[in-house]
Formats: sequence, structure tokens, C-alpha cells
Amino acid sequence: MQSLGSIRRDFAPWADPEVRPYIVFENVTKRFGDFTAVNNLSLSIYEREFFALLGASGCGKSTLLRMLAGFDDPTAGRILLDGQDLRGIPPYRRPVNMMFQSYALFPHMTVEQNVAFGLKQEGMAKPEIAQRVAEMLKLVKLTQFAKRKPHQLSGGQRQRVALARSVAKRPKVLLLDEPLGALDKKLREETQFELMDLQQNLGLTFVIVTHDQEEAMTMADRIAILEKGEVMQVATPAEIYEAPGSRYVASFVGNINMFEGTLARHDGNGTEIRLADGMVIRSESGANVPAGTQVAFAIRPEKIAVSSRPPADGLNAAEGEIYDIAYLGDMTVYNVRLANGQMVKTTSLNASRVVQDPLTWHDRAWISFRPDAGVILTR
Amino acid sequence: MAETTANTASVGSVQSETSGMGRSILGAITNRLVIIVPYLWLLFFFLVPFAIVFKISLSQTAISMPPYTPVFGFDNFLESVRDLSFDNYVWLTEDALYFRAYVSSLFIAAVSTLLTLLVGYPIAYGMARAPTAIRPTLLMLVILPFWTSFLIRVYAWIGILKPEGLLNQVLLATGIIDQPLIILNTNIAIFIGIVYSYLPFMVLPLYSALEKMDYSLIEAAQDLGCRPIAAFWKITFPLSLSGVVAGCLLVFIPAVGEFVIPDLLGGSQTLMIGKTLWSEFFNNRDWPVASAVAVILLLILVVPIMFFQSAQARAQEQGRT
Repeated sequence: MQSLGSIRRDFAPWADPEVRPYIVFENVTKRFGDFTAVNNLSLSIYEREFFALLGASGCGKSTLLRMLAGFDDPTAGRILLDGQDLRGIPPYRRPVNMMFQSYALFPHMTVEQNVAFGLKQEGMAKPEIAQRVAEMLKLVKLTQFAKRKPHQLSGGQRQRVALARSVAKRPKVLLLDEPLGALDKKLREETQFELMDLQQNLGLTFVIVTHDQEEAMTMADRIAILEKGEVMQVATPAEIYEAPGSRYVASFVGNINMFEGTLARHDGNGTEIRLADGMVIRSESGANVPAGTQVAFAIRPEKIAVSSRPPADGLNAAEGEIYDIAYLGDMTVYNVRLANGQMVKTTSLNASRVVQDPLTWHDRAWISFRPDAGVILTR
Repeated sequence: MAETTANTASVGSVQSETSGMGRSILGAITNRLVIIVPYLWLLFFFLVPFAIVFKISLSQTAISMPPYTPVFGFDNFLESVRDLSFDNYVWLTEDALYFRAYVSSLFIAAVSTLLTLLVGYPIAYGMARAPTAIRPTLLMLVILPFWTSFLIRVYAWIGILKPEGLLNQVLLATGIIDQPLIILNTNIAIFIGIVYSYLPFMVLPLYSALEKMDYSLIEAAQDLGCRPIAAFWKITFPLSLSGVVAGCLLVFIPAVGEFVIPDLLGGSQTLMIGKTLWSEFFNNRDWPVASAVAVILLLILVVPIMFFQSAQARAQEQGRT
């Protein structure tokens, strides 16, 4: 099994206007009584894509998945799969399979019988079923557990049975509802790569629901950030991280420092943002809003340098006091309090073995960053 | 110095161990006492009476007080033992009445149990799938009939089932039938009576089995291509089997020995062992034969009870996760 990185270089069907999306949510709304779980949402997912729906609990991500599986029907709008409207098609006739958060393994059946269940429903011949089941169990490395019942397995093994059962029918789309939620951290990280390999080898379209941003970042080709039943942004992990579209997305994914101010100047050389205390930030990233608009300048902690002396060019620099230091081994986190009281979080990679940190608590320190290090957020 | 410290430490630990042991012995005794109470209860109120009944079944009927002989005393104990015999059991095999009564009782109980299951399963299923907020109310409604005397409730069925009763009046008035149905004093009336009376004993274990079932299992089955009805037979029903077994035995066992329902609702030709037992005791005043009938009934019921026990044990094994 070849190992794959998190970013597939040649895979970007969403950028190609010729490619027809495989799954389309078209102005989909879902209400439960007074509660609107999904609000006029549109989304396109492409064939063989590993697509993540990321959001806090109650953002509507599981509802989207359940509507795709056929357990709920949209109140308004349509869902298309390969051009076919899914409305009214019951779950047992949809070419999608789901891996449940609780795994939903049948407790009265052995591992083998669980994996064979979907194939039997299809009316597949017995020898073929046996062959496919053996193949699936080998794929998830559970061959020697074929005769066990689910309660005789560990959490990680159960998760793999659930996975084998849901891909056994070779569905066009595999839906995964928090598939790694019940596993411990180490197992989760291993399983993430296994899932990516599996998706590559079987050539399936995966739609995964998760609240764990690291999980989404690691595995997905694209991520949709959901909030209150609406899509905030759909983009690749790198885009989401480096070019978030809004304050919400910027602060939801990873750590970020936000400077609120007004857009002062805007020309070919770049943009200037004036903060309330008069400080001016010069940025190379553009903004499609007129001067005078309220904007936020957002910058990730690792893109800010901390030093005990002011930087030579004096550009995008501010003086402050070291408020907190956290040494994490691979990096050190500094919380610097600026003169205006704003706390700025920075991280420095410990590329060489640190003998003595030149900075300590209550030291005067300068933060600085390059003009291309941050983004301007208008929403 | 170091040695002394070590010694002190070990002494200390020994002391704490001793007090720990004392506590655990006290705990063990308390545990025993707690277990002993129900065992004593069973000993005095089940085993001893059963031994007495068994002894009477080995005696001969006599016109005396009590109506059997020998009566055990301290002076004639050995002679009395010599006088005991299995004649009454032999008698049970010689008169076909008893055999027919046993078979008929088992048959009526089996049919009633099946009918109760058919009526009770949908009720339990509906309750288990009802919104969580109204489930306690539904449970209450199932238990509610127990607030009225069992005897009165069975009596009430006479008023409903008799030829000029409520049911026939409604059916005649609506024109569904033009002649009153004869239900009372037939086996059908007994079935109705048993299904009605024992329904809660079926519904409650079924409900508890169905209620704890994860609904995502059904969704998973459907997701894998299973139609809802097939999903019921492949997932829901097998997983509720412990409830089915418990409910069936809770109905079947008392139904076999049922006396009140066949006596009030059944006809004179209805043969049930409970009625036979009653007439042996009170009409024939033949306590020894009646006792033999009771002992055999108990032996017949031990089989399903043991089946129940092993099914319970298996269910517990399954539930262990």
C-alpha cells in the first residue's frame, strides 16, 4: 500500500469548470419544528474527493450527512447524486453507505456476518460474498477476528469492522460520521492515514463529518466550514488556514491574532490598516473594499517573530512585554502584551536545541512580521 | 536506622492490612446476611410448604381431620414413613382425566402466550419508539389495570362476552352479525381472559428489551440495503429475543396453572389442571391426589423455568461489553 501525503497535487476538479460535480446540495433547507438545522445551503462535491464537513456541534453537519444517506429529507431544495435527484429515494436504494459514529455494529452477528450483511441484501452469490468479506477483513487487518462478536473486540477493532462493512458494497459515496471520535489520539492519527490510503485505493468519494479540525486538515481534499446551518467557506486545508474568508473561519481553524482597524490606504504597493491606537500595519494582501472600511488584520502565531531588539527596518513592528512563555519542546509559545493592552500569541520553532532562552517573563520584546504574513478580513 | 524505618513501615502496613481485613470480614458477613434473608424466605414459604405438599401426596385419603393418613408424630415417625407410598402418582397415570387436563392446560397456555406475544409486541414496540417524554405515561397505562382487583376485572369480561353482553350488543346494533356470538364459556373466552390479564407481563420485558436497542442499528441495516420489514426480522426481533423469552415465560408459567379465568370464563367441558386441582381439594376432599397433581404440575413447569434461566444467563453474557 503506497503511502500518501495530505495534499494530492494533481487533484483539483473543483477548479476545472468542465468537470460536473458528483454530489450537489442545491439551496437545501432542513427544519426540525422551529429549529433550522440547515439554511439554504449549496455545496458541490466532486467524484473521488475526500470532502470534510467541519463545524462545532449543532452546526448542521450531521443533518447534511443524514439527508445524503436518506434518513432525513430536505424541507426545501434538492440533493443530486450523479445528476439524479435523491428526493423520495429510501436509504436502502441509495448507492451510498454510511459509517456511523456509534459504529452501529449488529451485536448478535459475528464480524464476518456484519461485513457480509450488505452483500446478502444485494443478493450476491455465497462464494462471492465469502471472497469479498475475506478481502475486506484483510484490508482492515481483522482476518483472525472473523468469528468474534462485536463485544469481544476493542474500540479500534470495532471501528475497522464498521469501516469494512460500509465499504464492502463498494458504494459510490462513503459517508463517515465522526469516524474516529471514539478512538484515542495515537490510534486516531494512525487511522487517519489508513482512511486516506483506503479512499485512494478504492477510488471512492468520501464525505466525512467531524468537529476535529486537525482530522479534517489531515485527510480532506477540501473542507466546508459550517456554522448555524450555513457554509462559511469551502476550500482546501491550506487555503482555509492561510486565506480564511472571514473572522469566524480564521478563529475557528487554528490560532490567530486579530487586529481590528480601518482600511487607510489601498494601492498597487499594498494596503495600510490603521488601528485604534494609531499603529499602522502594512500588508501585501488585497481587499476589495473602499478605504475607511472596518477590517481585521489576521495573522497566525508562527508568522510573527519575537526578539529582544527592534527589527532593523521598523516595518510592522510593535513593542510589548513577554506575558507568558510555554515551552512545548518542538516550539515555544510567547504571549506578548502590547502597549495598548492587546495580547499577541506567537510561536517559534525550536530548530536548534535551546540552551538558554534569551527571553523570559516581563522582558521587553518586539514583535514583527512581514507584509505578506497576514490576511485582511472584511467579514 | 534505615532498617528500623523499614520495620516500622511494615508494621504500619500490617496494621492497616489487619483493619482492612476486619472490615472485609464484616463486609462479607453483611453480604451473606443480605443474601440469607431471601433464601430463608424461600426456605420457609416455598421449600417447607412444598415438602409438606409432597408428603401429603404420598399419603392416603382418610375420613379424619386432617383428611389423610399417616399423620407424622414423634412417637410413630418410622411407621409413618413405612406407610407412605406412590399410589397417588400411579393413580394419576391410570385415570386419563389427569393426562388430558395437563395436556389441555399446556395447550391453552401455549396458545394464550402466543396470542399475548402477538398483541404485546406491537404495544411494546410503539412504546419504545414513542417520544421519550410520554414513555413514562405509557408505562403507567400498562400497569394501571393492576390497581383494580384481578377477580373483578375477570368478572367484568363476563359482562362483555355473554350472549346479551356489551360486545354482542354493539355487533348486533352495527349489523355486523345478526345472531349473538357464543364466546362466554368457551376456550376463546379463556384466551381473551388470559391475554387481557397477563398482557403487562408480556409488554414490560419486551419494552425494556426494545427500549435499550440503539436505533442506529436499524438505520445501518437500511443503509446496507435492507427494507424496513426485513430490518425488523433481521435486527430488531433477534435483539429483542431476551424480552420475548422473558415475556412468554412470565405468561406461560402462571397460565398453565390458571384457575380463576377458566372457572369464570371457561365452559364446564373446559379441562384445565387448575380446575382439576380445585375439585380434588374441595369437591372430592382428596388431599393426597390433589397434592400429587400439584407436584407433577410443578415438575412440568420446572423445564420452562430452567430454559428461562439459561436464556437469561446467555442474554447477560451478550450484554457484557
